[in-house]
Amino acid sequence: MYTQGLDAKTEQGAQPSPRLVTEQEAALQGRFQERVDAEEKIEPRDWMPDGYRRTLVRQISQHAHSEIVGMLPEGNWITRAPTLRRKVALLAKVQDEGGHGLYLYSAAETLGVSRDELIGQLLSGKAKYSSIFNYPTPTWADIGAIGWLVDGAAIMNQVPLCRCSYGPYARAMVRICREESFHQRQGYELMLALAQGTAEQKRMAQDALNRWWWPSLMMFGPSDEQSAHSSQNMAWKIKRFSNDELRQRFVDATVPQAEFLGLTIPDPELRLNAETGHYEFGAIDWTEFNEILKGNGPCNRERIEARRKAWDDGAWVREAAVAHAAKRRQRALKKAG
Amino acid sequence: MMDRKDWPLFEIFIRPKNGLSHKHVGSLHAADARMALDNARDVYTRRGEGVSIWAVPAASIAASDPTDKASLFDPADDKVYRHPTFYDIPADVKNI
Ligand SMILES: [Fe+2]
Ligand SMILES: [Fe+2]
Repeated sequence: MYTQGLDAKTEQGAQPSPRLVTEQEAALQGRFQERVDAEEKIEPRDWMPDGYRRTLVRQISQHAHSEIVGMLPEGNWITRAPTLRRKVALLAKVQDEGGHGLYLYSAAETLGVSRDELIGQLLSGKAKYSSIFNYPTPTWADIGAIGWLVDGAAIMNQVPLCRCSYGPYARAMVRICREESFHQRQGYELMLALAQGTAEQKRMAQDALNRWWWPSLMMFGPSDEQSAHSSQNMAWKIKRFSNDELRQRFVDATVPQAEFLGLTIPDPELRLNAETGHYEFGAIDWTEFNEILKGNGPCNRERIEARRKAWDDGAWVREAAVAHAAKRRQRALKKAG
Repeated sequence: MMDRKDWPLFEIFIRPKNGLSHKHVGSLHAADARMALDNARDVYTRRGEGVSIWAVPAASIAASDPTDKASLFDPADDKVYRHPTFYDIPADVKNI
């Protein structure tokens, strides 16, 4: 999902380093796992295994970066939205995503990393973010497809995260999920307007679906056989469902929505299995996915450049805010003195 | 690249509506308290979530240690006489 980079087998990460565990540590670990098994929430100052902390920092910060970078493909259309109604909706949605980034960075900070460290990792290109935001948005229909499919896939993944064992992350996800549902609905409504519009508008909608369908399925991350950290993250209750389970749920929910729009999912192998009640779908092109994770997607470079530019262009604002705060403190002191 | 070490962390508390107490909702960095309030309004009350905001410097909060949980809170567990159900009143007595 927004943190699919964690699942790639080439990554080093959550594996506990092979060192001796002391008796005391083993006891702490046992107690920790008992609490997790009992569905107790772990809070920032509670004891937790190093691997748990490391995994969470990586997952939450990747998630935060995804929210922030995710503002870019849609921000591309704010000034060109066709009506005021669509414009305020898009503006509100993109603003929400910025807020989601903040909630998540704050949750990551409770684990002992600094905001500047995390932002530094994003700007240097060291940190990962969801592959989905490295695709371009050449037409207005892309805004509909993103809300419907990308936010739809995000919701599918994020609802179970509301029950994540780490308290601050779970609480941030509750806020986020509450805000997400309008994102998907405004996207679907937009697609509906296009699908019921002129022949050319319908063609635009179909074209956007063609381009966003497979990347949306990739958002759930590698298939379970290829996924490196699933079982430990399940045991820690950071993750509740496997990538393939969530992907299947998304397909089952989305195919009828496409049918209602009168659009065709770009997968000749897609068919409903009457016995299981689930849709079967074709093979995903993981080469494309891996290339994007490596930084070779259509927009990887552009996205990071845009973030760097925003950071550099904002430097004077950050400096001015500090200077202004200092001046206000001085003034208050003088008044008191 | 200038960092924001000069922007302390503020914990944000929101009163959801008149008559209720403030509740912790999250945190943010800001140059000072006034900026913290402005930004809290934008990120934590975009949908009418509140009628009042507190921004508290995170460094000013004193917190109990989770490892003291047992010694702090367990003593209350065996004091059933602090609860109304501990006291036997005949069923015929009303309004008590
Ligand atoms: Fe979001
Ligand atoms: Fe969203």
